[in-house]
Amino acid sequence: MSGKKLERKANTHLSPNELLLFERSSPGKRAYQLPELDVPAVDAAEALGAANVRAEITGFPEVSEVEAIRHFTRLSTWNYAIDYGMYPLGSCTMKYNPRINEAVARLEGLAWAHPYQPESLSQGCLEVMERLEAALAEITGMDAITLQPSAGAQGELTGILLVRALLESQGNPRKKILIPDSAHGTNPATAAIAGYAVENIRSSETGVLDVSALQRIVNEDVAALMVTNPNTLGVFEENIIHAAAILHAKGAMLYMDGANMNALVGVARPGDFGVDVLHLNLHKTFSTPHGGGGPGSGPVAVKKHLEPFLPAPRLVRTGGRLHFDYCREKAIGRVRAFYGNFGVLVRALAYILAHGGPGLRNATLDAVMNAVYIRKKLEPYFDLPYPSPNMHEVVFSDERQAKLGVRTGDLAKRLIDYGFHPYTVSFPLIVHGALMIEPTETESKDELDLFIDAMIAIAKEVETDPQLVKTAPHSTRIGRVDEVAAARKPVLKWTPE
Amino acid sequence: MRYLPKSDSERREMLDVCGVGSAEELFSHLPEAVRLNRPLALAPGISEYEIVDYFRERAGRTAAGYASFLGAGVYAHYRPVLVDTVVSRGEFLTSYTPYQAEIAQGTLTAIFEFQTMLCQLTGMDVANAGMWDGSTALPEAAMMAARATGKGRVLAAKSVHPEYREVLRTYARHQGMAVDEFGYDSETGTVDLRDLESKIDGLTAAVIVQSPNFFGIVDQAREAAEMAHRHGALLILVFTEAVSLGLLEPVREADIVAGELQSFAISPSFGGPYAGVIATKDKFVRQMPGRLVGQSTDSRGQRAFCLTLATREQHIRREKATSNICTNQALVALMATVFMTVYGKQGLRELALQNLAKAHYLAGRLKPRFGGKFFNEFVARVGDPEACNRALLEKKIVGGLPLARFYPELADSVLLCATEMSRRADMDTVAEVLR
Repeated sequence: MSGKKLERKANTHLSPNELLLFERSSPGKRAYQLPELDVPAVDAAEALGAANVRAEITGFPEVSEVEAIRHFTRLSTWNYAIDYGMYPLGSCTMKYNPRINEAVARLEGLAWAHPYQPESLSQGCLEVMERLEAALAEITGMDAITLQPSAGAQGELTGILLVRALLESQGNPRKKILIPDSAHGTNPATAAIAGYAVENIRSSETGVLDVSALQRIVNEDVAALMVTNPNTLGVFEENIIHAAAILHAKGAMLYMDGANMNALVGVARPGDFGVDVLHLNLHKTFSTPHGGGGPGSGPVAVKKHLEPFLPAPRLVRTGGRLHFDYCREKAIGRVRAFYGNFGVLVRALAYILAHGGPGLRNATLDAVMNAVYIRKKLEPYFDLPYPSPNMHEVVFSDERQAKLGVRTGDLAKRLIDYGFHPYTVSFPLIVHGALMIEPTETESKDELDLFIDAMIAIAKEVETDPQLVKTAPHSTRIGRVDEVAAARKPVLKWTPE
Repeated sequence: MRYLPKSDSERREMLDVCGVGSAEELFSHLPEAVRLNRPLALAPGISEYEIVDYFRERAGRTAAGYASFLGAGVYAHYRPVLVDTVVSRGEFLTSYTPYQAEIAQGTLTAIFEFQTMLCQLTGMDVANAGMWDGSTALPEAAMMAARATGKGRVLAAKSVHPEYREVLRTYARHQGMAVDEFGYDSETGTVDLRDLESKIDGLTAAVIVQSPNFFGIVDQAREAAEMAHRHGALLILVFTEAVSLGLLEPVREADIVAGELQSFAISPSFGGPYAGVIATKDKFVRQMPGRLVGQSTDSRGQRAFCLTLATREQHIRREKATSNICTNQALVALMATVFMTVYGKQGLRELALQNLAKAHYLAGRLKPRFGGKFFNEFVARVGDPEACNRALLEKKIVGGLPLARFYPELADSVLLCATEMSRRADMDTVAEVLR
């Protein structure tokens, strides 16, 4: 150990300018070469009908290979990324994305597998899915898994449709879904798409489910309660078993949004605390890259009573061979084509294999330790509205800074000048001016300390020079973007001047 | 563990700050009854080399090394090396949804270019930043049509990808949306317009047509659009083979285009991840689901991009949102963007022409079942598809898709696809075996 530490994470540095592809184009430039055709050419007008053949694609890019790679490389330098450093977005779980996962997902036999190729030539792919299903069942304590949903929101939809199907089979789909006021926006949006009315329930003063309120509300109209655990404050729902009992007594179900499952892996299992159905976000807990907003994958885990309703096809092993079972009378129907985001599944399994059982638990311990460490260090400087013990994330409020006219959004933008991506701003909604911070387990102590120093420095700036914070960021290649103008007169594509 | 960047002494120091003696104590507030009091029954962690070994072994037990003539919504097109070069950059790979515009201009600019190119290709006014895939873009388009027209019934052609129609039914069921289907002409393989005419009514929100359709045939989307519009319905145009856009005149009469971009350098990957897209006319933009990037200016007067019209989205509107979609397919859409850039104006047309030539070469030796004009896929009557495919497998060729599963009336037929990657020698073998 050298004992030498960075004093500050970032300096400003030259940033290349770049035009749009369309502005770079000039006629006749090309970045491709096709092989000679080994069959006779076909006259397009004759083969397709003259009216079906298009003229040239007006405006489409024409650049050389060198210009193409420089274009995208220059653009890339305008992004912040986990590979640059800590990305403390609460609820988003921005952890390190191991590169080995990328490498194995690109193995030819996996990457070029066609979903309709014969099952006899797909056994390798099916084994990957089988192994992942088994691992996720063990991690969640649930009985069956579908890997079909495309992302968390579709996992939610799948889960709620399963609840609906079971209730329908009992004669009454019921009318509403209960959702705590601290929930992610996808929860109510999903309930609406599944045909349910949404009833919001207020969190208790300590920021958790209010079970006495729940007891009063739950009746035969309630299909399910959707709860995130730990919730969006990073607080474990301590009454979860009681809540499940209340729901179950009235024939309703407990749906868990597994967005924060990374706080529980190896420590507690939803299947052991009364959850009937939950979805997982492989791009959060299981480290598959966010890629600037996808792809994700949202497997759904259920208890036995919901298994008959899982969408077709289901992976089954008969003898030594794996195959898909399409004959499922009670199934809710496909939520997407084919079998799921297989490429994401490969990456998630690679992550699980790398950690192994004990390793996954250690990751959970470090994730929680990092969040508690940040809380302890920042508590003197920021208001902590819910003092309950936190798990993988901690939520402060901007109450102290707001008195000086500086809001959470300003603090977040100033963090950029210190070389960090902002935390999650203004969420959950139950916290006034929330600063939602999730470090994940993959931050070193040095990186955490730099972040903490930056937050403390900003808190001090609010007192000495609030304007500096309110007008941040100052070091980026662009300043704050006028989002109001963008929405008022939308310009959603490039057009020639 | 190599993904956990702390030494034991650092952990001890941090636990001291946390005021606990061990990390386990940080969980002491969890009720005893919820705790897992045993280790997970999962094997211990393994090295990078062992992980490669594990997946290599599985990858070896697939169709690697086989020539394939499967299409049916997933196409084998060459992936230019630039594509993975770009998407492997950590700045794209390991960034989040670009909410913080100042440090996400790379992603935002690329999405803006994506939206622009999709408009240029489809002839629509506006395209979103992507959907999960084509199959989920379709129900989102149907729900969008229902909102725009205030009507609750959609009519889908049977020549739309069967799995897409299944997904549509799953979504529609709980939206109070009726999904009815209309047939295809058994001679041409295009939509049966008379059947459509007999089924369309004033309650129809949208008519759904795919072109090239599931049988590979350039369908009568314009005629269907005209009929839809006469009845106050919208036309939703579905595409699964994006390379066809390089050659086919866009259906400008469509109101909503819902497509799959897998053909644009997205690996088949056993069914996903892919990227869908929805494009539409300006007047429907506020009914559109999914993320949109818009151009604006920054505080210093420079051009800058940001996510916009977020008031349609779930994180703002919650249960009143146009869709529940959140994470979508940004990195996969970026693959498509790089692909479109590499091929460009001339290349995409040339690529489409090669696909056309290859498929017509194969079809010329097999006699397609339908008379309609086709792009790079066609249906061939072969008698016993399973037996034919077994014979082809012996020659290390994966044959076409037997259609019995989706179309019992076509049980004697297969759907064959040829792309620029199909070799003449393999096509000759296929023709010999199937004839």
